Amino acid sequence: MLWELFFTFLKVGSVSFGGGYAVIPMIQYEIESHGWMTSSELQEMISLAGMTPGPIATNSATLVGYKTAGLAGALVTTLGMILPSLIAVILLASMFFRFNNSKWFRSVFYGFRPIITGLIIYAALNFGFLSGDETGFTWMTFVTLLICFGCLYAMFKYKLYPIVVLLAAGAAGIILY
Amino acid sequence: MNGKGAVIVKIFLAAISRLAQLFFAFFKIAPASFGGGYAMMPLIEREIVVKRQWFTEVEMADMLSMAGIAPGGVAVNAAALIGYRKAGITGAVAAIAGLTLPTFLIVISISYAYFYLRNEPKVEAALRGIHAAVIAMILMAAYRMAKISVFDISTACVMAAALFAMLLLHKNPLFVILFGLVIGLVIVRGKELVGLSVNTEKAGSSAKTMLEPEYYI
Repeated sequence: MLWELFFTFLKVGSVSFGGGYAVIPMIQYEIESHGWMTSSELQEMISLAGMTPGPIATNSATLVGYKTAGLAGALVTTLGMILPSLIAVILLASMFFRFNNSKWFRSVFYGFRPIITGLIIYAALNFGFLSGDETGFTWMTFVTLLICFGCLYAMFKYKLYPIVVLLAAGAAGIILY
Repeated sequence: MNGKGAVIVKIFLAAISRLAQLFFAFFKIAPASFGGGYAMMPLIEREIVVKRQWFTEVEMADMLSMAGIAPGGVAVNAAALIGYRKAGITGAVAAIAGLTLPTFLIVISISYAYFYLRNEPKVEAALRGIHAAVIAMILMAAYRMAKISVFDISTACVMAAALFAMLLLHKNPLFVILFGLVIGLVIVRGKELVGLSVNTEKAGSSAKTMLEPEYYI
């Protein structure tokens, strides 16, 4: 069990280009195919990972491990997620690659970045509206949309810090739901 | 003999103190960085360049662009790179440990607390609100990424294809990622064959704009 957790997150960590949010669909896919969590548990987990400080990818890894196999599980998933970073960075740094000037490299990223963008949008849609338990347009859905747009507006217009937005959203949740 | 021993002890202590400094530099940053890895970047830069003056701004920009291309979270990569440049492999480990340990403990405690509080109606309602805020944060990350990555018809099509594959075909994201690693080469090669010019970066952008996005836009 611990090995399986470790190798799963080692795999996720190795292909997690483009930062934490693009990793969410990967983690979700793995959890579903292993049957480690139900979809509502997964939703809760991502909310918790997003509200805690630090990278959302490692936070999610910690939570999945903890939920599935306790403290030892949390340790192995977090390690699995971090290890590829450590190895890749040491390789890159010790070889002193000057990637940015290579045309080949730039072509790869030309096609790769839009893919990451697509994955992040999918993560938002899927996490937000597609895998919920309720069906149809309810008061819940409306309030979720309202708070979500409120947060976006606050971050764009007033450049509020994420922690302020999170606290305000929590308070709004208590009042509105 | 005595002098030699003292030198060895001194070197040893210096190494330990360097590792401890790396550890605590990141240990301090992590708990204050809500909003994912990108939100950490300005904090890391302030700590490393301005306060501790370990690297210059130019060196930092180079390191951050390297952190962006390696797999894994950008913040974790940046920590590993700074640690490695400062004190080798043990330095990289110390920096990553400093970054990860506090958030690891916070995540475990929150998860533990949530287990007991999850049936409180107020906690449930607050988490629903936070759920909506996290959606907003993910959308924000998508917007930031789109701004630097989608700037012509090809890139727009590639993005739409990725979204389509995930939403309707429910493909394993791993396939989508592997596909993404070759599609750029194919498009650039194809365009060159028919004699079109290709701009692989958005005009006027650089690796630095990718890694220091206007987080608070």
